[in-house]
Amino acid sequence: MLRLLWLVPAIPLASALALAVLRLSQKTVAWLGTCSITASSVISLLVSISFLNAPPASGAYTQILWRWFDVNGLRPEIALYLDPLSLVMMVVVAFVSFLIHLYSTEFMSGDDGYGRFFAYMNLFVGCMLTLVLANNLLLLYLGWEGVGLCSYLLIGFWYRDPANGRAGRKAFIVTRAGDTAMVIGLFLLFHDLGTLNIQDLMHRAVLQWPIGSSGALAAAFLLLSGAVGKSAQLPLQTWLPDAMAGPTPVSALIHAATMVTAGVYLIARTHTLYSLAPQAQFAAAVIGAATLLMAGFSALTQHDLKRVLAYSTISQIGYMFLALGVGAWPAAIFHFMTHAFFKALLFLGAGIVIESLGGEHDIFRMGGLRQKLPVTFWTFLVAGCSLAGLPLITAGAFSKGWIVWGAYSAANGSAELWVVALAGVFLTALYTFRMIFLVFFGQQNSQVTRKPGPAMVIPCLILAFLSIAGGYIRTPFASYLSTVLAWNPGITRSPSFGEMFSEAIVALVFFLGLCLAYVFFLRRRDYSTVLASSPAGSVLHRFWFSDWGMDWLYDHLFVRPVVWIAKVGKGDPIDGFYAGVGRLNEIAWRGLSLSQSGRLRWYAAAVAAGTIVLIGVVIFS
Amino acid sequence: MILGWLIVILIAGGLIAWPLARLHPLLSRLIALSAVTLDLALALVLATRDFGPGSTAGGGWREELDWSWIPQFGIHFHLGMDGLSFLLVLLTLFLGVVAVVVSWTEIATAVGFYHFNLLLILAGILGVLLSLDLFLFYFSWELMLVPMYFLISVWGRERRTHAAVKFFLFTQLSGLLMLIALLALYFAHHQATGIYTFEYQDLLGTPLDPHRAMWIMLGFLAAFAVKLPAFPFHTWLPDACAEASAASNLVLASLMAATAAYAMIRFLLPLFPEAVHTISPLMIVLAVIGILYSAILAFSQTNLMRLVAYASIGHLGFVLLGIFAGNSLALRGTVMTVIAHGVSIGALFLVAGAVEKRVQSREIDTMGGLWDTIPCLSGVGLFFALAALGLPGLGDFIGEFLILIGTYQAHIAAAAVAALGVLAATFYALRFVQYAFQGTNIHSWHLPDLAAHEGFVLGVLIAVLLWLGLYPQPVLQTLAQAASHAPALWR
Repeated sequence: MLRLLWLVPAIPLASALALAVLRLSQKTVAWLGTCSITASSVISLLVSISFLNAPPASGAYTQILWRWFDVNGLRPEIALYLDPLSLVMMVVVAFVSFLIHLYSTEFMSGDDGYGRFFAYMNLFVGCMLTLVLANNLLLLYLGWEGVGLCSYLLIGFWYRDPANGRAGRKAFIVTRAGDTAMVIGLFLLFHDLGTLNIQDLMHRAVLQWPIGSSGALAAAFLLLSGAVGKSAQLPLQTWLPDAMAGPTPVSALIHAATMVTAGVYLIARTHTLYSLAPQAQFAAAVIGAATLLMAGFSALTQHDLKRVLAYSTISQIGYMFLALGVGAWPAAIFHFMTHAFFKALLFLGAGIVIESLGGEHDIFRMGGLRQKLPVTFWTFLVAGCSLAGLPLITAGAFSKGWIVWGAYSAANGSAELWVVALAGVFLTALYTFRMIFLVFFGQQNSQVTRKPGPAMVIPCLILAFLSIAGGYIRTPFASYLSTVLAWNPGITRSPSFGEMFSEAIVALVFFLGLCLAYVFFLRRRDYSTVLASSPAGSVLHRFWFSDWGMDWLYDHLFVRPVVWIAKVGKGDPIDGFYAGVGRLNEIAWRGLSLSQSGRLRWYAAAVAAGTIVLIGVVIFS
Repeated sequence: MILGWLIVILIAGGLIAWPLARLHPLLSRLIALSAVTLDLALALVLATRDFGPGSTAGGGWREELDWSWIPQFGIHFHLGMDGLSFLLVLLTLFLGVVAVVVSWTEIATAVGFYHFNLLLILAGILGVLLSLDLFLFYFSWELMLVPMYFLISVWGRERRTHAAVKFFLFTQLSGLLMLIALLALYFAHHQATGIYTFEYQDLLGTPLDPHRAMWIMLGFLAAFAVKLPAFPFHTWLPDACAEASAASNLVLASLMAATAAYAMIRFLLPLFPEAVHTISPLMIVLAVIGILYSAILAFSQTNLMRLVAYASIGHLGFVLLGIFAGNSLALRGTVMTVIAHGVSIGALFLVAGAVEKRVQSREIDTMGGLWDTIPCLSGVGLFFALAALGLPGLGDFIGEFLILIGTYQAHIAAAAVAALGVLAATFYALRFVQYAFQGTNIHSWHLPDLAAHEGFVLGVLIAVLLWLGLYPQPVLQTLAQAASHAPALWR
């Protein structure tokens, strides 16, 4: 059964090709596009079951498809590597993709780019599965760039509006800036360790690099740059909010559940390297902590429903980076999984809300949708509670509570990081319930014009179930993952409080956020207006709303200079030199043609003058 | 003998195709197409015979032809083929067929003369790629020049004369420098050994004092760097491409560049190893500057052909980097890039030509929203733009990755800055897609999508790029065979 593994990425890729080349009716497209992902997820489940029942002796299964190339010791293969970590990623990616494809069949119906949409989406799933299953960093990079490409294509899917194209290009270029650092990291790893196979790299790194050595540090930081770009962490997070220009299923799949967590996967996959580079690992923790706070504040100020969710995604991935950075490895992957469920569901719900209001994105113009869209309301509420971390019930509470505890107790943890993580819990609860109260409670402001059909509702129900049930598998999940990714406990100090205490504080902070949101955004909306219009409040509001001014900064620091240079250089300054030589020739030609006047006296005078000069030269030299 | 046929068929085809156009242009096209296709078939025969799985391993010239030509001066008509020249011969003939096919509808005037020139250029390119006699090499090098001049000046756009003269002056002047250098080498060899010879194998070991070697090397380098074109000798290419037809641009940017890169690898590196080593830091710096400079300029262009021309110069900056990196990984990457660049940039020229044919303009500002009306051509354009920005899985990525990872072994900073060039390629490639194909269809165009022959040609080019990107091993394997002639380079 394991040998079917190659089909998992191959089927979506093949159907993407078919969808791109063939001209099919909308119905056929829907069938082909969804069935391929269904097949892929079913096969991934079968493979997983067989892997769980009879794990290979080495703990991992490698399937070599063919040798990519072989030159001078660089011999990457097109090969898949299945171990508990990639298995979790594969199953979650395939399954969430399946649900979102199902949703899309209805969501996108009637769009004139229906076939193109499913071709891109299938290509995305194929690339993402290649990324998580790759056995070497070069193949991983192929998937990595492939998902970036699909992200670009799908953000700019509605290409008639140039703003969408701009958002797509921004996403591609910003993430590629990180990728450039990552690819330099690949050069370094190959140069120092002589291979790109991930497992070999990790073995050789341990043998060759002492802890904290410069090679390990450089490699870890370069890979971290790639991860930061793809996962929209500081300082490369600016592309994700704009990426919401794409169709909502795209935001759900690519910009929430799967692609943006690729950075988390990369670091987890190469965690051995990060153990050798503690500074780089700690940097990941700091980046995660800073991002989760900054994005949390930004989410608090957004009006656009999808942008709230986008900042929330950035913030939640910040949690995963924090977990990676402190050494709470399984918590990061666990939070990836629960986040994939509840955040995909939030986006799917947001898609229904926006569609049913005829394309309205502003949460302040929504309201009271609780009665009109009851199923959507309940599923959205479940997902929101999971995101905010309603204790004991929701999956999000289990994963986030675990990270908060890790921020204190794991190897790199500290009381400061624990406090930051708690502040994040408060912010999350606040912005989540702000959103829920504004959208579903209070006065109804606009008319519901369209109700979702079964293809859109069923995925929401399944995801709602998972957003709750997913949390209860934490213990088996951790023990299963521990063979490849063990929790890295702090050994140097003994914690002054236990996990239960930490969880209790998390619960407390959650309810604090919930109550505050209730007061400010449901009970007394005028309080929040007063607060936001006070001098200090309005400055902060604008600052947070504009993503802490980072877009402005980058625009002035990078975009404008490059555009300016390009504008100035358009005519090719180097060519100016050659044009000058040409002009010089022309002037000489004009000068010389003047001398050829046809007047005999001038010629005679010139001959005489020349003779005198020559004689002079002969005599005086 | 088969090598001689390769060249003879092309010249004969050209000579027959010229007058036949008076009877009917179609005859001329058919003759040209069959001549190039026949050549391609012969080359494929060679592929199975000399480089297939059954062929014996080891080095040496897989095909050789040696006729005495002007024995008094030690000049031979000496052709030889190894893995390196074979790959580029195959590329030349493959793109030659493509050029003839796309000219089918694009060229309507002076059809016979056009095909005569086209085939003569191809013959010259094969001569360059196969010559083992430096005089014959120089002869072939110059043979490419005049017909190319005509291709630009007769079938070009408004400012074609200016562009053609510029092209001619650049290449002719640099060619003269090479001639002087070649003669200097010839006499230096006589001085040292008492033998007059232009024979490649004999000249390889010519003892030269470093100073002299440097000057002779610079003479050769001038010709090769201009032809490639390398920064800062590149400015003739955008001008020429802005005026010439799409098929000529394919020949100009894809194939002429291949001959220049080939000449550097075959002649420059083995003939003057010390001089090359001395000058390589400068060349690496120029290559890296060229990569970034051309990427930024490509981003600012509004003429589609000019944009692609600067994109081409950027890729050729990688080629230059790979040649002078002094590393065999990078050198292999160079050949991969030459091939992949030939296909992807050539295809971008064809896409630009196809767009021009439909909207009657090369200016990117006048386009937009083409996806609404010609989705297939737009999708194909997107594909090749992605190849140009170095997307993994396509041929260009393999070449550039090998060049960069090879360069990194010795010149970390150069590799890191050049990697930024890959990022910068994203700027112009996406701008190309955005302005040409996306946006709103403000003109409410209803245009015909890809015709069958266009679709077929572009489809084959797509397949080749995918093959090069996903399974480049056959190419690299064939290249490995070339190592026996200059083991120091490829080790």
